[in-house]
Amino acid sequence: MKALKILILILFAGVLIYAASDLPYRGDPDNLMHVEESVTNTQVKGNYFVQNAYRDARTPNMVTVVLGDYRSIDTFGEQVVIYTAGLITLLVLRRTRKIKRALK
Amino acid sequence: MRRQFDSPIVILGSRLLSPYIMVFGWYVIFHGHYSPGGGFQGGALLAASILLIRVAGGRRISRLQIQEFATTPLAVIGVVIYFATGLVSIAMGGYFLDYEMLPIPGLDPAWLRYYGILIIEIGIGLAVMAILIMIYDNMVRGEDYA
Repeated sequence: MKALKILILILFAGVLIYAASDLPYRGDPDNLMHVEESVTNTQVKGNYFVQNAYRDARTPNMVTVVLGDYRSIDTFGEQVVIYTAGLITLLVLRRTRKIKRALK
Repeated sequence: MRRQFDSPIVILGSRLLSPYIMVFGWYVIFHGHYSPGGGFQGGALLAASILLIRVAGGRRISRLQIQEFATTPLAVIGVVIYFATGLVSIAMGGYFLDYEMLPIPGLDPAWLRYYGILIIEIGIGLAVMAILIMIYDNMVRGEDYA
């Protein structure tokens, strides 16, 4: 059984390495994600963000503009996730007196 | 956690470090437009500065800082700052979280986006700080009953 596990791991690593050998080179300007128009003649959004982030929000840090402006609803969702985690610790860990009496 | 540490070195060290960590947290939030940082990272630093005093000083000293009952309202205020920014821009005739519709007079749309991002970063920082403190307080309190 252990040999089977190791065999599966090696096979999966081989698949991943084969897939990684086909990735484009980092920083190559001819990559599909760096061209202005994609294969289907639509505008590539990442290229738009890089070119127009400073003009739209007067902020030199592009990551802040993407997180706070272009993708702000996603950031709102992240904040709600953290808020929910805090509320769950409040519900699970904080015992009130009524529950303690019911347990006895 | 519940009681104060016996060693005075721990308390003095945390008293020395805590204000500097807090100032650095505010710097990370407000300088997030120009350098790496933002609401989440700055909020975690603010929470670290308060939790340092809570771990070292025990419950009696931590009552002088943010108290236990104040953390949940602070978290709600942080989430509401973000959500109200979106709702105000809807009320002024834009989309949800469309900062260029915010009613701040005398600013270009680009500068309105700048200040809109700053407002929501402050909301995120407040919520993250309050929730990290809330998790710590609830865990300490759960330790009492265990």
